[in-house]
Amino acid sequence: MEIFFALMVGLLYGCGLYLLLRRSIVKVVVGLILLGNGTNLLIFTAGGLVRGRPPLVSPDATSVTPPYADPLPQALILTAIVISFGVLVFAVALVYRTYRALGTDDLDALTTTDRLGEVPEAAHAPMIPAVVASEPTREEG
Amino acid sequence: MGLTLVLPLLIPLVTALVLFAVRQRRGTMHGIAIAGATLAFLAAVVLLADVWTHGIRVVAIGSWPPPYGIVLVADLFSAALLVVSQLVSWATIVYATAWMDSDRERAGFYPLVFVLLLGVNGAFLTGDLFNLYVWFEVMLMASFVLLVLGVERGEVEGGIKYVSLNLLASTFFLSAAGILYGIAGTLNLADLSTVLSRLDPGIVNVVAMLFALAFGIKAAVFPLFFWLPASYHTPPVPVSALFAGLLTKVGVYALVRVFTLLFVHDPGWTHRILLTCAALTMLTGVLGALAQFDIRRLLSFQIISHVGYMLFGLGLFTPAGLVSSVFYLLQDIVTKVSLFCIAGLIERTGESSSLGHLGGLLRQKPWLGLVFLIPALSLAGFPPLSGFVAKVLVIRAGFAANAYAATAIALLAGLLTLLAMLKIWNEVFWKERPDADDGDAAQPLGLRLVAPVLLLVVVTIGLGIAAEPVLVLSTRAAEQLLDAQGYRDAVFSIVADLPAHAFRGGAP
Repeated sequence: MEIFFALMVGLLYGCGLYLLLRRSIVKVVVGLILLGNGTNLLIFTAGGLVRGRPPLVSPDATSVTPPYADPLPQALILTAIVISFGVLVFAVALVYRTYRALGTDDLDALTTTDRLGEVPEAAHAPMIPAVVASEPTREEG
Repeated sequence: MGLTLVLPLLIPLVTALVLFAVRQRRGTMHGIAIAGATLAFLAAVVLLADVWTHGIRVVAIGSWPPPYGIVLVADLFSAALLVVSQLVSWATIVYATAWMDSDRERAGFYPLVFVLLLGVNGAFLTGDLFNLYVWFEVMLMASFVLLVLGVERGEVEGGIKYVSLNLLASTFFLSAAGILYGIAGTLNLADLSTVLSRLDPGIVNVVAMLFALAFGIKAAVFPLFFWLPASYHTPPVPVSALFAGLLTKVGVYALVRVFTLLFVHDPGWTHRILLTCAALTMLTGVLGALAQFDIRRLLSFQIISHVGYMLFGLGLFTPAGLVSSVFYLLQDIVTKVSLFCIAGLIERTGESSSLGHLGGLLRQKPWLGLVFLIPALSLAGFPPLSGFVAKVLVIRAGFAANAYAATAIALLAGLLTLLAMLKIWNEVFWKERPDADDGDAAQPLGLRLVAPVLLLVVVTIGLGIAAEPVLVLSTRAAEQLLDAQGYRDAVFSIVADLPAHAFRGGAP
């Protein structure tokens, strides 16, 4: 069973890293999602897989009898899921904002601030007005 | 008893919530923000005094005893870093009240700054690895929003790179924590430090490298720093200054913590890699800085370069090396924040951030030239400023440990730092202004912009002239860092103090 989980984690990491290296911003975000899921599965697997043995103390005992499923990795995963959910919602909103303003989701087009020398004026241009102006046409198209 | 430890977390949290409620009223918001920052600073000073007299302070959150519950631990290293971070954030907040536009303020600039502080303070104080991850995320989330608050094109472009690479680092951190739990069965730092010494060094090395990778991205260490110069110059100056002073330093703190407490079984291998990375970080950072023509981009590369100096002592892993790391970290936070704030003053006065467009500022504002020169020379390591003492410690530790090549690079990088700083000085202050008008229309600099900068500059001079007390502090902090047994004893000694009804755990 562990080997299947390990392969699955490897697959998710591989796909995630491959997508991270793509030029499209959307694919980068999908890559981050896959990586996050791979990590959660990794924590779950690393904590040890025990089937059908909840960590509950039976009425006639004072402590749980091993082997039992470790509840801590699952608590960690739950926390990690909540955090990554919040962070990814932010990332998706950021990608959407970028796309609406620049009309592209090509990472190679985001070089305004990277050039050697001075930062061009365009970098300080507010994006909101441009967004509002161009929105209707894009919605129709 | 645990109140001194909890206050540095409670004050930013409460201040952030209150600020969020009143974020439509700018005047009220400024007052509360400054008051909150002052209280946080006082709380940090009280904590430092407490740790100084009573040794390592520990509190078990919710009275759950370690290693089952989460503990907050303050040793001298954490407490000193807390004090310095609260000092620079106080200065930045005062600076921001005069700098920020009302749109960004209404969008929640001040609450976010306090959430960021909450994350930073939490990361410094926690004694649990997974809890450290959570504080990192709190800090990152606030920094993400702060970075793109104005939704300018440059901010969003920088934000995409910053967000994606930092999320990748978080993923590595989480994976490392998961694997560590799998092999050690605990995530409490004190407990881990006992358990790890009994495990197979091979797999511990693998986990150590995963942590080095995760924290290395956060700290902007040599091959992993690309997100920093792509994003730090895009937001408004107070945000840049805050990031420059705090974010990478939390990464350095985490590296120091795990590589002094947890992964000390094979220093010849793990710490040698850190030393190599530190040397390369110093060199590439300063070379990158020399190529830049935008003040804040140049300073961003200087952040990277000086992260190398902080890790140098950790890489040596000698007592003298750790003293130099602690001292360097403490003084560099102040110097970097003051430099970024001064870069803001230069941008306001010269109405540009590009070295090509600036010029003649010495004629316009002679005092600004002097104020810039003090932290700039401190960065390059001139006596009697704080950077000089820090560099002497680094170089001496390097020679004492026979790390000649790395020490030579540190000396060379110091020289090149001087060159980079003189480049700013020559272009901004010395040369004539390239375009005809000499900037009569420039806005005057208010007291709230100048006073915090002056405060930080005075601290930079003070840390150089009166380095002795801070040096004693750094030495004791380094001793505590190397004394893993003392850390463990302090953490587990609280089990006896917990109320009788608290869960004490039982053998499964």
